[in-house]
Amino acid sequence: MNEITNTRHNHLIDPTMHVWGWEIPLYLFLGGMVAGIMIFTGVRMLRGKGEKTSTALSLLPWTAPVAISLGMFFLWLDLEHPFNAWRFYMAFKLSSPMSWGAWILLGIYPVSVLLAWITTPEPWKGLAREKLNGLPWVRSIDAWVHRRISLLAALNIVMGAALGIYTGVLLGTMASRPLWNSALLGPLFLVSGLSTGAAFMLLFGLSKEERLILSRADMGLIGVELAIMALWIIGLATGGSTSQGAVAMLFGGPYTAAFWTLVIALGLLAPLLGEWLELKHGAVPGKGTAILVLLGGFALRWILVFAGQATGWVSDIAMR
Amino acid sequence: MKRREFIRMTSYGVAGTAALSGVSTDWFGLYGNPTVDPGTEGERVVPSFCELCFWKCGILAHVKDGRVTKIKGNPKDPLSQGHLCPRGTGGTGLLYDPDRLQRPMIRRERRGSQEFEEVSWDAALNEVAENFERIKARYGASALALFSHGYGGNWMKHLFHAYGSPNIAAPSYAQCRGPRDVGFDLTYGWGVGSPENTDIKNARCLVLIGTHLGENMHNTQVQEFAEAIRNGATVITVDPRFSVAASKSAEWMPIKPGTDLALILAWMNVIIGEGFYDREYLEAYAYGFEQLREHVKPYTPEWAYTRTGLDPEQIRRTARMMAGARPATLVHPGRHVVWYGNDTPRSRAVAILNALLGSWGRKGGFFMPSTLEIPPYEYPGYLDPEGGRADRPDSSQYPLADEVLAQGVCNATIPSGIGDSRIKGWMVYGSNLPTTLPNPEETYRAIQELEFLVTVDVLPAEIVGWSDVVLPEATYLERCDEVYAPAWREPYVAVRQEVVPPMYDSKPGWWIARELGQRIGLPEFFPWKDSMEYAQTRLHDAGLDCEVLQRDGVIVGEPRPLYFEEGAPPVFYTTSGKIELYSQRLAEQGFDPMPTWHDGEVEDPPRGYYRLLFGRSPVHTFSRTTNNRLLSEVMDENGVWVNREVAERWGFKTGDRVYLQNQDGVRSSFSAPVKVTDRIHPDAVFVVHGYGRKARRLRQVYGKGIDDAELITRYKTDPVMGGTGMNVNFVTFLRAADVEAQVRQEGAEGAQVSAAEEESGRGGRRVALNEGVTTEVGGEVVS
Amino acid sequence: MSDVRYGMVIDTATCVGCAACVIGCKTENDTPSEYSRDWIYTLLQGEYPKLRLTIESQRCNHCENAPCVEVCPTGASHYGPGGTVQVNPDKCSGCKACIAACPYEARYIDPRSGAADKCTFCMHRIENGVATTSCQEICPTSSIHFGDLDDPESDVSRLLATREWYVLKPEAGTQPKHFYLR
Repeated sequence: MNEITNTRHNHLIDPTMHVWGWEIPLYLFLGGMVAGIMIFTGVRMLRGKGEKTSTALSLLPWTAPVAISLGMFFLWLDLEHPFNAWRFYMAFKLSSPMSWGAWILLGIYPVSVLLAWITTPEPWKGLAREKLNGLPWVRSIDAWVHRRISLLAALNIVMGAALGIYTGVLLGTMASRPLWNSALLGPLFLVSGLSTGAAFMLLFGLSKEERLILSRADMGLIGVELAIMALWIIGLATGGSTSQGAVAMLFGGPYTAAFWTLVIALGLLAPLLGEWLELKHGAVPGKGTAILVLLGGFALRWILVFAGQATGWVSDIAMR
Repeated sequence: MKRREFIRMTSYGVAGTAALSGVSTDWFGLYGNPTVDPGTEGERVVPSFCELCFWKCGILAHVKDGRVTKIKGNPKDPLSQGHLCPRGTGGTGLLYDPDRLQRPMIRRERRGSQEFEEVSWDAALNEVAENFERIKARYGASALALFSHGYGGNWMKHLFHAYGSPNIAAPSYAQCRGPRDVGFDLTYGWGVGSPENTDIKNARCLVLIGTHLGENMHNTQVQEFAEAIRNGATVITVDPRFSVAASKSAEWMPIKPGTDLALILAWMNVIIGEGFYDREYLEAYAYGFEQLREHVKPYTPEWAYTRTGLDPEQIRRTARMMAGARPATLVHPGRHVVWYGNDTPRSRAVAILNALLGSWGRKGGFFMPSTLEIPPYEYPGYLDPEGGRADRPDSSQYPLADEVLAQGVCNATIPSGIGDSRIKGWMVYGSNLPTTLPNPEETYRAIQELEFLVTVDVLPAEIVGWSDVVLPEATYLERCDEVYAPAWREPYVAVRQEVVPPMYDSKPGWWIARELGQRIGLPEFFPWKDSMEYAQTRLHDAGLDCEVLQRDGVIVGEPRPLYFEEGAPPVFYTTSGKIELYSQRLAEQGFDPMPTWHDGEVEDPPRGYYRLLFGRSPVHTFSRTTNNRLLSEVMDENGVWVNREVAERWGFKTGDRVYLQNQDGVRSSFSAPVKVTDRIHPDAVFVVHGYGRKARRLRQVYGKGIDDAELITRYKTDPVMGGTGMNVNFVTFLRAADVEAQVRQEGAEGAQVSAAEEESGRGGRRVALNEGVTTEVGGEVVS
Repeated sequence: MSDVRYGMVIDTATCVGCAACVIGCKTENDTPSEYSRDWIYTLLQGEYPKLRLTIESQRCNHCENAPCVEVCPTGASHYGPGGTVQVNPDKCSGCKACIAACPYEARYIDPRSGAADKCTFCMHRIENGVATTSCQEICPTSSIHFGDLDDPESDVSRLLATREWYVLKPEAGTQPKHFYLR
C-alpha cells in the first residue's frame, strides 16, 4: 500500500488541476462551429456557383465573424493578464499551436467577412455600398473580392479547417494531460466542428435541397466522429497505466454518465438515428436533431476540458 | 502579372517575412528577457538569534523599507552555520502575525460582562506592581510564582530572584527534559542540557529512542544527523512510529509503547554478556560494574521480547551493531522524555548504556563542551527567599529534583485539604500553560484560586484569556535580550539585537522587567539604561568587543579539547568522582540504584482504546508557532495517525474526521482528519502537538485539529525528580458526524446549564476570555 | 552564461522533508500567499513493519525539452541563463497553456500579476555571483546541490557520476535537469 503526502496546495493546481474553466469549452465550441460554417459556405460557393441560394444561407456566413468574436471574448476573459493579450501578436511560435491559433483567429476576420460580403443578398449589399463607398479602399476591395470568389471560398475552407483542427492539436500535443494526448484529437475536433457547423445552419430557414445536403453531410460526419472517438478511446485504453487512468474518467470515473448520455447517446447516436429515420421517410430532418448535435458538441468539449485537466502522469512510483 | 504589381508583391513579401521573423525571435534583440529580481535583499542585514524554538540559531535578518523581508542563517554562528529550519526562516510570520498582542490590557468586570480593556503601560505596570506588593505584604514574596519559557524570560527570573521568590518554574524541566538531565547527572555528574553535547556528526552508530530527528528540527542536531548519514553511519531507531529518522535507519524497532526500559536492559545484557563493553574505559572511569553485570543477567532478549514485542534476534543484532562501532556509538539521550513516570530510571539506563560503550567524552559519542565565560552583571545580592519552594510541600518528595517543578507550583496554588494554598499570584512569561501542563483541569482550578495573574506574551494564546493583566512583549526581532553563551563544541557568545523597532505598543522584556522592578522597590537591580548597555558591560568585563559582536552576531572563542583522548579532563561530578553505574545517591533515597524493570508499571490500553502519543512536525514548535501564517501554509491542521489494520476495523479512510475521547471520558474540543498509515504501532495513535486551539484570537489555528493536551488528564509523576509522564492516556474514536449531531441536540438544552456552571461551579470569578467553547458544529458555536 | 547548463540534485538519503526549502523560497522570492514554488513529496511503500519512505524536495525541473516553453504563444516562457526555464511576466498573457502543459504541475498563476510563476533556480542570485539558490542555502541537511552539469568537477556532476539517481516522469520526454539521489 502506497501512502503519498504533498505539501503543495497551489490554488487551481491542487488537488486536481482546473486552471481552464467554462470560458474554454465555450470558445472551443464556437470555434468549431465557425470552422464548420466557414467550410460549408466555402464549399457551397465553390460548387454551387450560380445556383439559387436561400436568403438564410446567404446571410449565414456573417455568423462566422460574429461567433468568433464572441468566442475570442470568452478566451480573453479566461486570460489572467488580459491587458497583455496583444503579446500574442508580438511573437509567432512554430512549436505552439496556441500561437498558430492567435494568428489564425486574426486571419479569420478578413477571410470570413469578405466571403459574407460576397454572399450577402442584394438589397442589403446595395444599402451597405451606399453607406460605405465613401470610405477609402472600399470600392477597390469590393471589386477585387467579386473577381476572386473562388480564391476567397478556398481561403475560407483552408482557414476554417485550420481553425477547426488547431484547438484539437493544441490539446492533443500536451503530453502532460493523458486524456488529451492523442493525434486523433485534432481530427476529432475538426469533424465535430463541421458537424456542429452543419447543425447550426440547419436551425435556420434554408431551402429543402440545402437542408437535405447538410443533413446527409451531418450524418456522415457523425459516423466519422464516432469512428474517431472509438479509435481515440481504444488508444487510451491500450496505452500504459497513465492513459488507462485517464480514460477511466469516462469509464467509471466522475465524467462517465455525462459522457455517455450527453455526448454519445444524445449528442451523436440520437441525432444520427433521427436524421436517418427522417430521411428514410423522405422528410427533412427538423431542428430537434440539430439542437441535440449542438448540445453534444458542447458537452464533448466541456467534458474534455475539465476531465483532461484532472488527469496526469501516474507512473512515478516504480522509479523510486 | 504586371511588373509594378510584381515589385509591389515582392516588397510586401520581403517586409512581411522580415517582420514575421522578428516576431518569432525577440524583435532583433530589442525585446529581451531580463532576469526577474524579487527585491528581497535587505538594505540592512542585522545578525541576531532566533526564538521560534529554544535552540537559538544565529540568524541574519534582511530589512528593506523598514520591513523584514527574509531571515537567513548566520554562517558565522556555530549552531546554525548559515542554515535554518523552516521555523527560523518563517520568523516574519511571527513578526507580522495580525493576531499579535498590541497593547497592554486589563481585565475588567463590569456587572458580569467580562472584557479586556486596553490601557497605557503605566496603568498596566502599576496594576501589576500594586498586586505584587499587596501579595508580598500579606503572604510573603514566595507567594508569587513565575512560569517562564523562552530566552526573554531571563529578565523576569532576575526580577523574581531580586524580589525574593524561589518559585521560578520552567515547564521545560518537569514537563520535558528533567528526567534526562537528572538521570545523566546521577550517572556522569553532568546534565545534558541544551544544546546537547551529542557528537552526532562523528557517530558511526546512532541509536535513537523515541527521538524523531528530522521532524524534531533542532537545527544543529539535524545538520549533524545528515552528516552522519553521509559518512555512512548506521542508524537504529526505537519508536512505535515509523518516523523520518526510522526511515533512514538500518533497523527500525517498532517497540510496544512504554517498554523502552526493557529493551535497554536487554541491550546491556547482551553487551555485557558477550563481552562487548569498553573494558578499559570502565576500569578507568566507572564504579559499580560488577553490580550491574549481576543486575542485568535476567534481562535477556527473550525476556525483553515478552515485554517489548521485539524480535530477540533484532535485539541481539542491534546490540552487536552498537558494540561494533564503539566508542563512536551514540545512544541519544533524547530531549522530551517525560513519558511513563519511570523516566529517570530510563534516562539512567541510556546513560549507563553509553558508558558501557565508552562513548561519554569520546569522539562520536558525547563531547565535553566548553563555555565562553562572561562575568555576570554586578548586582546587589539577591534576597534570601522568604519561605521555601512551594512545588514540593514535603521535601522528601522528588528529592533529586534540582529545579522547580512547574506542576508543583500549579498544585500549590490550589488549596489542599490541609490548609490554604501557598501561591497567590502568577506571572507567566511566554508559556501557554493550558497546553503545557498536564491535566488542564488542575491548571484551570489553580487559576481560579489565584488572586492575580499577569501574562507577558507575544500572541493571545489560551493563557492570555485567563489573565488579569496582559503585557505585550515585542518579538525577538524587535528587541535586545540577554547575551547567549552556551556550552558547546567551541565557546562562543551570541547577541540578540533589535532588527526593526517594536510594532504597536509592544515592549521588550528587559524594559518590562525594569519598569516593574522600579515600581516594586528594586531599582538597584536595573541600573542599566537598556539591555544593550547591560550586555556591553558584561562583554567589556570579559574583554570582548561589543561592536564586533553586534556586527557579526557572534564572537567565537578558542576551541578546547572535546574528547578525553584529545586532553579533555575526564571529570565526573558524582559523589564517587566516577561514572556511577550503581548510584549511591539513589540507593540512599530509597530508589533502585540501577534501572530496574517493574512489571505493571506500564499498563496496556483498554479494549477499543489506543495510547495517545504526540510529537513534532518540522514546521512548528507546538502551540508557539501554529498560528504563524507562513508556516501554516505547509501544515495548518494536525491529523490522527491510525494504524491501517485498526482503521480497517473501525471503517476509517484517510480524511475521515474524528474526535478523540480519553479514558476519563474527556472528549477533544474539535475534530481532526484520520491519517490511515502503516507507520504507527497498532497500540497507539499519534498527533502533532499544538493544534485544536481554543483561543479565538488566534484566528489562523483556532479550532483546527485536535489538542492532545486537553486529553492528557492523567499523568504519572516520576518519583525521583517529579517529571510528569504524559504518554499514559488512552483514547478512542468518535466519528465527527455522530458527535456533531449529539452536540446539536444537547446545544439547546446545554446553553442554560453552562451559564449556571460559570456562575457557581467555576467560582464565577474567572472566565476564559477570547476562548472558544466545547464544540463548534459547522461554523456555529454550540456548547 | 551560455556555456553552462544548470541543474539541481537532491539527496533523498539526507533530506528529512522539513520544508525549510519551501519557507525559505517563499521569503526569498516573495511568492504569493498560499502558493509554493517548491514542495515536499513523500512516498511510503511496503507493509508494517517493513516500510520504506522516500522524501523529495520538488520544484520545476527546468527541462531541456520543456513543453511549457514550446507551448507558450507569446514567448514569455523561454530558456534563460544556463538553460534554465524562465518566465518573463511582462510578456505573459496568463493563458495558462504552460500550466496545463507541465507534467509536473510545477507552475501556477501569481494572482498579483496574472502571470505564470515557478521556480527560477534563483537566477537573480546566481547572476549576481551568489553561488547558491536560496533553498540550497537554507537546507539544514545540505541535501540540495546546484551547479553546472557541463562541468565534470562540479558538485552536481560528481554526485551524478558516483551515486544512483533518478528523475521524475522520464517517459514524458521532458529531459528534466532536476535529479534525485537514491
